Amino acid sequence: MKRHQWGWLLAGPALIVIAVFFLLPVLAALALSLTDYDLYAIASIHNVRFVGLRNYADLLGNPLFWQALGNTFYFVLVGVPLSLAASLGGAVLVHSKWASCRGLFRTAYFAPSVTTVVAVAVIWRYLLHTRYGLINYALGHVGIAPIDWLGDPHWSMPAIILFAVWKNFGYNLVILLAALGTIPADLYEAADLDGAGAWAQFRLVTVPCIRGTLTFVGILTVAGYFQLFAEPYVMTQGGPAQSTMSVLYLLYDEGFKWWNLGRASAVAFVLFLLMYASALLQARLTREPAA
Amino acid sequence: MNSRRLLVNTLLVLTATVTLFPLLWMVSVSLMPAGTAATYPPPLLPGHPTLANYRELWTHAGMARNLLNSLLLASVATMLSLTLNVAAGYAFAKIDFPGRARLAKGLLAALVIPAQVAMLPLFLELKALGLVDTYAGVLVPSLAGIFSIFLVRQAALSIPHELIDAARIDGASEWTIYTRVAVPLMRPMLVTLGVFTFLGSWNDFLWPLIVLNDSERYTLPVALAALSREHVQDNELMMAGSVVTVLPVLALFLVLQRHYLAGLMAGAVKG
Repeated sequence: MKRHQWGWLLAGPALIVIAVFFLLPVLAALALSLTDYDLYAIASIHNVRFVGLRNYADLLGNPLFWQALGNTFYFVLVGVPLSLAASLGGAVLVHSKWASCRGLFRTAYFAPSVTTVVAVAVIWRYLLHTRYGLINYALGHVGIAPIDWLGDPHWSMPAIILFAVWKNFGYNLVILLAALGTIPADLYEAADLDGAGAWAQFRLVTVPCIRGTLTFVGILTVAGYFQLFAEPYVMTQGGPAQSTMSVLYLLYDEGFKWWNLGRASAVAFVLFLLMYASALLQARLTREPAA
Repeated sequence: MNSRRLLVNTLLVLTATVTLFPLLWMVSVSLMPAGTAATYPPPLLPGHPTLANYRELWTHAGMARNLLNSLLLASVATMLSLTLNVAAGYAFAKIDFPGRARLAKGLLAALVIPAQVAMLPLFLELKALGLVDTYAGVLVPSLAGIFSIFLVRQAALSIPHELIDAARIDGASEWTIYTRVAVPLMRPMLVTLGVFTFLGSWNDFLWPLIVLNDSERYTLPVALAALSREHVQDNELMMAGSVVTVLPVLALFLVLQRHYLAGLMAGAVKG
């Protein structure tokens, strides 16, 4: 057998799987989003009609879509900066020359990020319980009245953000920690000689040196946070008053609860465009300034 | 400088408390007798530790079945995904075949498309193939691993060309070179990819939720989510269910964390 035939033989099976179970469905989704594919169409394909961009237009006129979009942006715009700040702070702490048992702490911090979202969301639901939850119990000791975390539309999203920051803390921390390890020590020595304090060193040496990794982590985290679903599914079921309904939750409800597959596909493409645009925007905003 | 050392290490311990406390509390509550967790002040440790919740999960909620489903699906997904994607990644790095460069570029572009876009038509496709509500239906999306292919390709690129050429001159077939030379050299990276795939499959929620109807075939996360909607008041039972779901992956991570973290960091620093 010729060498290039081996190439096809080795790459072929994976390529076929990707073509049949990923690329084909993606193209089909685009077509589906231009039809009124629904429960009747599942019964008989003859009930499908081409509707052009009507699904997209309907979406823009649907208050629930705007609510889901607003909630998702809330989650991304508040959750991602908090998440990155916490992980960067943690990474600097573990990297600090005064830190002991680094490996042990790294493992302890990473543990939540290998856990199953559904399972840990269940834990947090009880931690956040208004009457018996330990979080309100602890807050009570500093004089804060019990908060109805998951039952009050003003607190439900902050509660989910709190949970997400805890869950993702270690993952980003480990990546940032690796980047911190690549900063040459003499940069800090030079900064020391120049009399730069800890904060100035962090701002002028640490952050610029790990800029690339920060961007990478930022893009990954934004993409992940845009896909908010399991957290509200388990903790709030999208409520209260749809305050935790996300775009992906809307897609799930439209597609697999009401079986409006055409409309749900339009939601899928809107989500894709949002994720793509925000990744481009971040790459542009954080590009190295021209020298 | 002793005060700084104290400050840094105090903060480290406090942070570890925050990350680990919910997990430890989960284990503690799972051992409490039913109905004793929801009292005020909330108890931290079980007064009378019991395994009754686990027994309840096994006998009434059928969770042993879900555990087996998860183990089976995550293992098979890992094996199949490695078999397909390692071969492809190697071919993309080391075997010159026509169309290779253009295919690689196309795959790289497809990497930006989130899996959710494919989800709805994929469901219809699997329905047409009779794969809805089957194990195979759950497995399918985890096999198409563009990201895995590029990870393997990256590892394969670092295999010296001379080594492969030497084997070719010795008359080894491409298959022998792949299985006897390349795969052993990429082993650390394959372990990393294997752990990633296993954890990803184990923790996946949305797709199995969509494709499975029969609770006999539920994976742990789907079963746990269903259980938590029925048993909102049963804290202790739910915590036991969470332990069963989380403990296997935590244990796997602790055993293989060197590989897992190495892979994570290698990918990141290059990126």
